[in-house]
Amino acid sequence: MNRPIVSIENISKLFGNVTAVDDVSLKIVEGEFFALLGPSGCGKTTLLRMLAGFEIPSSGRIVIDDVEMEGIDPNRRPVNMVFQSYAVFPHMTVVDNVAYGLKVTGVPRPEIEARVEEALALVKLDGFERRMPSQLSGGQRQRVALARALIKRPKVLLLDEPLSALDAKLREAMQLELVRLRNAVGITFVIVTHDQDEALSMANRIAVMDRGRVVQVAGPAELYEFPNSRFVADFIGKINLLDAQVAGMENGRLLADSPGLGRVAVPFSGAARAQIGLAVRPEKVKLERNEPTVGRLKIRGRVREIAYYGDESHVFIEADPGLVITANVSNDARTIQGPVAVGDEVWVSWAPTDTLVLTE
Amino acid sequence: MKAGTLTRGGRAIGVTPRVNLRRRVLPLDYARRRSLQALLVGIFAFLYFPIVALVAFSFNDSKRNVTWQGFTFDYYIKAFNNSSLHEAFINSMIIAGTATLVSTVLGAMLGLGLYRFRFPARGLVDGWISLPIVIPEVCMGVAMLAFFAAVNIPLGLFTITVSHIAFIAPFVAVVIRARMAGFDESLEEASRDLGADQWQTFWNVTFPFMIPGLVAGALLAFTLSLDDFVITFFTSGPGSTTFPIKIYSMVRFSVTPEVNAASTVLIVLTLTLTVIAMIIQGRSGKQMVEK
Repeated sequence: MNRPIVSIENISKLFGNVTAVDDVSLKIVEGEFFALLGPSGCGKTTLLRMLAGFEIPSSGRIVIDDVEMEGIDPNRRPVNMVFQSYAVFPHMTVVDNVAYGLKVTGVPRPEIEARVEEALALVKLDGFERRMPSQLSGGQRQRVALARALIKRPKVLLLDEPLSALDAKLREAMQLELVRLRNAVGITFVIVTHDQDEALSMANRIAVMDRGRVVQVAGPAELYEFPNSRFVADFIGKINLLDAQVAGMENGRLLADSPGLGRVAVPFSGAARAQIGLAVRPEKVKLERNEPTVGRLKIRGRVREIAYYGDESHVFIEADPGLVITANVSNDARTIQGPVAVGDEVWVSWAPTDTLVLTE
Repeated sequence: MKAGTLTRGGRAIGVTPRVNLRRRVLPLDYARRRSLQALLVGIFAFLYFPIVALVAFSFNDSKRNVTWQGFTFDYYIKAFNNSSLHEAFINSMIIAGTATLVSTVLGAMLGLGLYRFRFPARGLVDGWISLPIVIPEVCMGVAMLAFFAAVNIPLGLFTITVSHIAFIAPFVAVVIRARMAGFDESLEEASRDLGADQWQTFWNVTFPFMIPGLVAGALLAFTLSLDDFVITFFTSGPGSTTFPIKIYSMVRFSVTPEVNAASTVLIVLTLTLTVIAMIIQGRSGKQMVEK
C-alpha cells in the first residue's frame, strides 16, 4: 500500500539558462492525493509536465509504477492529465471526447461503450452524451476532461490547476467532488495549484515549491502549524512575523528578545541561529482590554483597522514601534458592534506553545 | 423668431437634453453627416456602376453596346454556343481545379509549418511567402515566362497551372496561418496524453480544426486562378486560351453583348465562391469566440 507509485529523483529542468526546476526529489505513494503548491513561476507545472512526458528533464530520472520514464512518449505513459484549459476537443460530442483515448488505442467497440457509460456516470454527466462542448458550462467541460482521463484507468491522474477557471461556489463544490472521485476510483491524484485553500482542503500531502525547489513536504495540518521556513509560513495562510534575537536556552525553552514583546521564552528543540523569526497565526491571537495573565506573549497596541468578513473579523492592531499584528476574531455573538472598535487600546497575546520559531 | 425662442424656452423645462441630443451631430457621428453620406454614395457609384452597367447590357437586344434596345437572353445563348469560348471555359476550369488542389495542399503545409516550428531563418521564410502576394503580376509573369523558356518547357496548360500554383499557394498559407493562430495547443497534448500517436493526433484533432481555413483557402485559390489574366497571358501558349484571355481577345474585335454575357458569368461564379468563403470564415470565427 505504501509503495511509491511515482518517484522523482534529482530532477532539474532548464529552459535556456533559466532553471525552472532545480534538483527536485519526491516520492508519491500509491493512492495519495498529492498537491504541488507554489506561487506562479515556481516550476510546479513544469514538474507536472515532465511526469506527463511533455517536457524532457535536463537531468535526473522519473520512475512511474516501477518503470523508468526516460525516452517514453506521452502516449505510452501510464498517466493521464486534466489540462488547465480542459482541452476538450471542440469538434467532438461528449461521448466522442470521452471515448477518444480508447478509440485511438484500438479498444473493441462494445468495451468502449460500456466504459464510456461508466465514466460519464462517475462524473455525473449521464444525459449529456450528444452535446457539443460549446453547449456545456465550464464545470461540465471540466467533468468531460476528467471522464476522458479517468476512462484510461491511469496509474496516476495529473491535474494542472483544474479549478482556476471556475467561480468560487463551483470551485468549492468541485473540490469535494474531486476528493469523492479519488475515493471512488482509488487512483493516485497529483494536482498542481497556487491556491493554498485548494491544496489544504483536498490533498493528503503537499509539496510547497519556491523558485524551482521543494521547500517542504508535509500533510496539510503539519504544513500549516509547523512550517519549516518563513516562505512556507507566509505562503500558507496568514501569519504575524516578528524578528527576534536569540538570548539563549533555558530548560528546553528558547529565550529571545523581540522589540515590543521584550524577553520571551518559547518551547523549541533544534539549533537556532542568532537571528530568528517569531510567528503566530492570527486566529491564535487573543484580544483583551486588560493585561493578560503571566506566561503569555503579549504586546499593547491600538486598533487601526477592522476588516469584516461576516463569520469573522480581521483586526489590525498597531503595536508601539510601527509593528502591525493581525488578530482574527470570530463573530460568535449576533451583534452589530464587534468586541472592539477602531482606536481602542487593547492587549494582544498568545500562548508560548502557539509560537512558531522560524530559523530559515 | 419670437415664437421659436418661446418654444425652445418651453421645452427647456422638460426634455431639453433629449432634443439637443437628437439635433446635434457630434464629431464622431460620421454616419450622420450629409456630406460624408453623399461621398459614400458617390464612391459606391464609381466602384460599382461599371459592373452594374456591364451586367445590364448583357441583356441588351442590340449588336452595338451603346443604347438600350430591349431585353433578351440571346447573347447568353450565343455565348454558350460559342465553341471557342466553351473551350476557354473548360481550360480555365482544368487549370483552376488543378491549381486549387495543389496550392491548397502546399499552402496548408507551408502555413502549418510556419505556425508550428521555430527554425533558423524562419523570419526570412515568413517574409518570402508574402512575396508573390506583393510582387507586381507583370513581373511575376515575365519571370515565369523567362524561366519556362530557359528550361525549355513549351507553353501551355501545364505552364499556366504551375504559375498559378506558385502565386496562389502563399495566399492559402496566409489563410491557414490566421486560422491556426486561434488553435489551443493543449488539444494536441491532450490527444497525445490519451494515447494517440502523432499521426492520429494530426488527423483527429489538428486537421478538423484546419478545415474551415482549408475550405476558405481553396475557394480563394479557385477564384484567384479563374480570374487571373496577367500571369496567364504570359505563360499561355497555342491552344491554351483561358476564359479571361478569350474575353479579352473578343473585346479587341468589338464589345458585343456576348462579351458582357460571358463576363457576367465569370462575375457570378467568383462572387458566389467569395461569398461562400466569407460565410465559412465568419462561421469559424464565431466558433472560436464560443470556445
